[in-house]
Amino acid sequence: MSQKVTVGPAGYMPKSAPSMGVELAPEGQALLYGNCVSEEEAMRDAARAMLTRDNPTIFPGPQVLWDWKEDVAQKAEAILELASEIPNCKIIPMPDYRPKYPKIDVKAEINPNHPNLTILDNKIKACIFVGVHCHYANLSLRMIRGGTDCYTIALCAYMGHEEAMASIRDLHAEDIRKLRDIVIEEREKLGIKWTAKMPPQNPSLPKEEFETLNAADYGEFRSLLMPRRGEQVAEVE
Amino acid sequence: MSMKYITPAETFKKYLPKDYVELVDYGPFGKSQEEAGPGNMGQFKELLEEHPMCSGCWMAYFIRVIFAALPNPEETVTLGTAGCGRLAISQAAVPFIYGNYGDQNAMASGLTRAFRLRFPEKHKDVITIAGDGGTMDIGFSMTMHSWIRGEKFTTIMLDNEVYGNTGGQESGMSPQGAVLKMAPEGKKFGKMPATDLAKAAGCVYIVRLSPTNIKKAAQIIRRAIFVAREVGPTFIHAYTSCNIEYSIPTEEVFKDAKEKEKGRFSFDEYMTDAAREVIERVEAEEKAARKARKEAMKAGAM
Repeated sequence: MSQKVTVGPAGYMPKSAPSMGVELAPEGQALLYGNCVSEEEAMRDAARAMLTRDNPTIFPGPQVLWDWKEDVAQKAEAILELASEIPNCKIIPMPDYRPKYPKIDVKAEINPNHPNLTILDNKIKACIFVGVHCHYANLSLRMIRGGTDCYTIALCAYMGHEEAMASIRDLHAEDIRKLRDIVIEEREKLGIKWTAKMPPQNPSLPKEEFETLNAADYGEFRSLLMPRRGEQVAEVE
Repeated sequence: MSMKYITPAETFKKYLPKDYVELVDYGPFGKSQEEAGPGNMGQFKELLEEHPMCSGCWMAYFIRVIFAALPNPEETVTLGTAGCGRLAISQAAVPFIYGNYGDQNAMASGLTRAFRLRFPEKHKDVITIAGDGGTMDIGFSMTMHSWIRGEKFTTIMLDNEVYGNTGGQESGMSPQGAVLKMAPEGKKFGKMPATDLAKAAGCVYIVRLSPTNIKKAAQIIRRAIFVAREVGPTFIHAYTSCNIEYSIPTEEVFKDAKEKEKGRFSFDEYMTDAAREVIERVEAEEKAARKARKEAMKAGAM
């Protein structure tokens, strides 16, 4: 099987997967490296990637992070069960799509406008996108393929994503549990010993203490600061 | 776009960054203006905190006031276009749509109509916030036509009297004689009469102001939104100086705003009878609600 969509980095402005002839998988099938395969085959390859590559991470998107629909709680539960079965798996959320300037906390969140920053900083070599709206998932997956060597897996509730190395479509809570079972099977085959454990909590930066914070703490972003209450900035760079 | 979208799935709450958890727990969503409004900014998690605007930017301050004054932030959508303002507006925790060079009022027209069809039982507030270039120069035709059509949404013009984001070209709203980096000979004609144009085009509530008084600015923003819900297009023309292009020292930005208030940005409020009716009704309701809350608190304390 020739691999049409491979792990990057594909370079600046990579050709999009559809322009390389990749089409979305029909119902009941999945995409693996741009080829239509059975759902199980894609799940097994994805499971092996998450078990063997460095710093496996799940990126849950707004569709599963926010309680906006009845089945969200079930799906969120299933994702956590899956994460607990992958050794040293982390969860880094994508809570919304607004740009984050002047800086993003790459340890705490991923942003679709520059997903490569989070992937590169955390040295993530395998990741799962789940619950990210399709248009932003496509954008992020292509940027990741262009600029990093991360194996991407798209768990999509709709039609899947051509840009991911493994893309599974029409995926709901019971399918995530099926993937979890496959992860356990593959883990045992590989002889990896692991007891199910919840991923660590979000390591977001502690709240900034404005009383003790110095403008110099902001380094190159210093000039972008607004002065504190009562402070008068007489000199600017 | 509804309270549901800012309620975290219980299992994921501990995996959300602290910023988001604070926004949910201490943000202004679903709260009254006394609990989380311009009167107590700094004491709740604001919708807009970090942004890349210049130090001393008066526009950034006014944008913060706009977000703190929203009557219903969970049911609000903002639209904007190229310019300094969108750098901050797009980072607020309210859905933002980025227009393509001045088409924000055209997009807002469609969006407002769609919301009214899709959610007839709710008020979904649509607000366009753009600079003087986006509203009165590049987006002029689309702004005027949206007003002429009587589209029910609020337009806020952040008038810094210059194209600040692109290096200091004169805009239609720059004052006559203004010498700017890319207009070294001085502007040859005067400011466009924005509020007069709005009046002629059919806006039902129009205000020109230099937002030096937070409470007053917030009241105007809320009035404009309430009137737009029921009567027709509303327009706020606000002075938001560019301290970089006009070389205003940071510590004098407020003083400058005060001076402009006495000059070409003197306070001017226009409303039709229908708009006045809405404002009087809503403000009476708010007053009654405030009174009821105070009495309930007193009763609770006793």
